[in-house]
Amino acid sequence: MKILIISKRLIYVKVFIALKNQFWYFKFSIKSSMFINQTALINKKESWDNHYFLLSLESHEIARESKPGQFLMVRITNSPYPLLRRPFSIHAKDKRNIEILFQDSGIGTSLLSKKRQGEKLEILGPLGKGFHIEDKSKKENISLIGGGRGIAPLYFLALELIKKNLNIKVFYGGKSSKDLPVAPKFKKDNITTLCSTEDGSKGFKGLITELFEKELEKNIPSFIYACGPQDMLKKISEISITHHIPAELSLESIMGCGFGACWGCVKKIKRGKQTGWYKICEEGPVFPAKDIVWD
Amino acid sequence: MVDTSVDLGFLKLKNPIIAASGTFGYGTEFSSFIDLSHLGGFIVKGLYFSPKQGNPPPRLAETPCGLLNSIGLPGIGVERFSKEVLPQLKGLKTAIIINICGENSQEYAFIAEYLDPYDEISAFELNISCPNVKKGGICPAQNPEDTYKIVKKVKDSCSTPLITKLSPNVTDVTDIALSAQEAGSDAISLVNTFLAMGIDVETRKPTLGNIIGGLSGPAIKPIALRMVYQTAQTVKIPVIGIGGIMTGRDAVEFIIAGAKAVQVGTANFIAPDSTLKIMDEVIAFCKDHNIKRIKDLTGTISLYS
Repeated sequence: MKILIISKRLIYVKVFIALKNQFWYFKFSIKSSMFINQTALINKKESWDNHYFLLSLESHEIARESKPGQFLMVRITNSPYPLLRRPFSIHAKDKRNIEILFQDSGIGTSLLSKKRQGEKLEILGPLGKGFHIEDKSKKENISLIGGGRGIAPLYFLALELIKKNLNIKVFYGGKSSKDLPVAPKFKKDNITTLCSTEDGSKGFKGLITELFEKELEKNIPSFIYACGPQDMLKKISEISITHHIPAELSLESIMGCGFGACWGCVKKIKRGKQTGWYKICEEGPVFPAKDIVWD
Repeated sequence: MVDTSVDLGFLKLKNPIIAASGTFGYGTEFSSFIDLSHLGGFIVKGLYFSPKQGNPPPRLAETPCGLLNSIGLPGIGVERFSKEVLPQLKGLKTAIIINICGENSQEYAFIAEYLDPYDEISAFELNISCPNVKKGGICPAQNPEDTYKIVKKVKDSCSTPLITKLSPNVTDVTDIALSAQEAGSDAISLVNTFLAMGIDVETRKPTLGNIIGGLSGPAIKPIALRMVYQTAQTVKIPVIGIGGIMTGRDAVEFIIAGAKAVQVGTANFIAPDSTLKIMDEVIAFCKDHNIKRIKDLTGTISLYS
């Protein structure tokens, strides 16, 4: 097994660019963390209705380094189609293993869903910057909002927040009950979980953001963490601004490399008074809601 | 033992594998995965004189065996590069090649002049073929006269060797290659990406924010190989082959077609240690075929009689 562990080096170059009489702020970061590039054994597989899948990958090196909100780049095949690795949030970890949870939603995830226990996958991680949880105190009440496959990083986050004895509530939405595969896991861990489905087949009928807004009438959380489709995240940004609730959102994007070399996965981010394109893989995938400039 | 060294005349490389510009960051991004000193060389991301933001997303789209991109050459600019990045690259035992971009021949020459005194730079690669910046993908290397003008201007303003990187989006790439040679280019590298696009039929939107971008990856390899073969047949200066190289056998194909060295691009995204794996596979090929020196393979294509 080949393992490459990187020495830490952090270089930020702050550049001011004069462009069309306005200043764009643009941060360039060369290297930020410790990446592990290795072949990992699939030692457990779960599936729900042949639509959602969970793979447990043996890598105590990545498990040791991973924080909630970070992700892996997974090579689906050694053949040239599909060509690129796919990014997956880390769903959970123990001492030896990391889990990814995904939906069959295209050529890459479809092929990945056919991998079996005992097969191996080339993985690279942990990548990106995760959710900030260090500064959270016991006085806070924290809402985690996940839409569809966006629940993936929030389970890992929920477990870490519980370890710190924090008061959390999970909002978990999907199109139908089939899109809420990990709801029982939250229940098993005694995490308060409110579900919504668009067809009403489980929990509140409607969007998860509608359910969240309803709950806001009773109780305003002190912090929001969220991951899900763009429209959901955009709505949560609005809510967070209107109600003055700070929030961190995990963004999804197609990625070329996952470690900052291709500059392919950018999002417009506001830092101070300037905006610029920031790499989701390196500066994110988690950003403060107030910094994200929506299209 | 296989002798992996290759000689471009103006530059000796320890092996023919070079990491391609735009896929290797500023080099330092990969120092975590590979020992950069084991590469024949690497080419940093295209530099304009001033910092650039690049194109709006989506900047990438996958196609069967290919990758569409319209990154738009974001970067930190020459001044920051020379102060912040170059000192980190100093001392690496590999060829460091700087890819330079410009809006006009003056800008290319200005950058070349600015970076000329840095001894750690082995060569410049003139990026006169990037399709993503100018409107409609028009770039200087689509025209022999403009190619001549830019190469000549840069050649006259620096002593660092020049590699001219050609676009495949032309009627006859050998015309452009001859212009670059005539203007004093020390080598030719080809090909850059093929102008291409995709459409999401659900949303009817282009798959790239810039509508049109460049196609790279294994999908372009046979076309790139044809152009490298034709160019190597035409020019006297060394040719560096680029286009969808994923394996050692792909690299050997380009070398047999006439390339003295090759560049590995998109493969760096799929596996960050691709360059060295490809090098190992080239060596294994040579051992299997009893080839003692890689340089002996160049241009050994055996035609049907």
